[in-house]
Amino acid sequence: MINRRSFILKLAGALAGLSLWQKPSIATTNEIQEAIVVDSLTSKEGLIKKTYRPPNFETPINYFNTVFTPNKHFFVRYHHALIPEIKTDDWRLSIGGDAINKPLSFTLKQLQTDFKSVEIAALCLCSGNRRSLFQPPVPGVQWGSGAMGNAVWRGIRLKDVLKATGIKQSALEVSFNGADSGMLRTTPDFIKSLPLEKVLNENTLIAFEMNGEPLPHWNGFPARLIIPGWAATYWIKHLTEINILSKPLDNFWMKTAYRIPKEGFQSGQFMSQETKINMPITELVVNSLITNLVDNQIFSSDKPIVINGVAWDKGDGIQQVEISTDGGNTWQLTTLQKDYGRFSWRQWQYDLIPTHSGEYRIIARATSMSGITQPLEPVTNPSGYHHNALQTISIKLI
Amino acid sequence: MPIFFLLITLFTSPAISGESQIHLKEDLGKENIISQCSICHSADYITMHAKILDRSGWEKTVNKMINVMGAPINDTDKKIIIDYLVKNYGK
Repeated sequence: MINRRSFILKLAGALAGLSLWQKPSIATTNEIQEAIVVDSLTSKEGLIKKTYRPPNFETPINYFNTVFTPNKHFFVRYHHALIPEIKTDDWRLSIGGDAINKPLSFTLKQLQTDFKSVEIAALCLCSGNRRSLFQPPVPGVQWGSGAMGNAVWRGIRLKDVLKATGIKQSALEVSFNGADSGMLRTTPDFIKSLPLEKVLNENTLIAFEMNGEPLPHWNGFPARLIIPGWAATYWIKHLTEINILSKPLDNFWMKTAYRIPKEGFQSGQFMSQETKINMPITELVVNSLITNLVDNQIFSSDKPIVINGVAWDKGDGIQQVEISTDGGNTWQLTTLQKDYGRFSWRQWQYDLIPTHSGEYRIIARATSMSGITQPLEPVTNPSGYHHNALQTISIKLI
Repeated sequence: MPIFFLLITLFTSPAISGESQIHLKEDLGKENIISQCSICHSADYITMHAKILDRSGWEKTVNKMINVMGAPINDTDKKIIIDYLVKNYGK
């Protein structure tokens, strides 16, 4: 339990980080939905506010026109409102659990100097991204398409650190906790586990840097987990504690939250947490987004229209992105841009040569290297995860 | 509990954040929301779910807040809060 004094100090620290600036909401007491609020947290800029506390802010999609999402525009997602500002010198990473040979604690400097530095480009995507597109609506943060961002993460391999502590034969899962917590000690702390196999994967990192800079506070300073190809629920921010476990982690965040039905999704990635009917969300599904057009946008019909977007999957890589400009009747291939690795999203481009004025209904459709294509409809699931259905944007040419 | 009063004082200070721009509808129960739900989260969690949750949905949500998230809300206040949410932000 946190004592009262440190509780208040932590709280004051968390609150001090909130920006005072905002564009006022135009919502009146008669309006049902709040108007869109563009607001900001300290060191962030131009994000769309979903909730102030815990802070949940998404990235406007026009910022996805660069391959790596700038840190100041990178989305923010928390489950808890108590988010301490961490001083590097005070920070420690403790590694323990019942299936460890030698419990150890590391300073940031030790981790950064004792282990090989590596980097990877990877998409960080919130499980509930696009939840607001589900019909009927699903409760939860009503994310649009901006609860994601692509970045280059630099850090160390988790498996290298666990080589130093040693792992017992009985090890099954590894749990991860960050420094953030609920306002009340009765709130279950956000602790997640991963199967040992994923933890020991060479692409699983403890990252200290994002796009060449230290992690922003709101994205997990000074260290966060990077689990390329898996939903961001596992990418624990402000990482402070790792436990090697011989039994499946049993808490609300594993057993109840972040679960999907087995019907309609691929199972087998996290066997120790699966039941007969459902399982934890794990790998991302194939998906795409048009990033430079908005619905009802008007263009001149006398010159080509450049259409840009991104596509991604769980890490098989993107084989092709097709585009239809007539509502799905005919499809053409887009041009894939530079490949930054299979866990990065892939930019694509298509030049639309107008043949008539009037409405064009634009749809993008990605296919992964394993031959999986985006579906027409999302798979219905109670928490509104994995929305990857085709989306249509209508533009008008005059 | 004294600690709650202190927190509420901090959170309702208009200089703290844009949170003060969120206007919940005036009705019986609004004060309960401000003094109890707002300990842990801003009121936009409520406005965000307007027209998404019906009575059973709001009941389930408030029960989750109490039974899972540990919100210290007694049965009398729970009823007032659910009625307020259904009437003002129900589907």
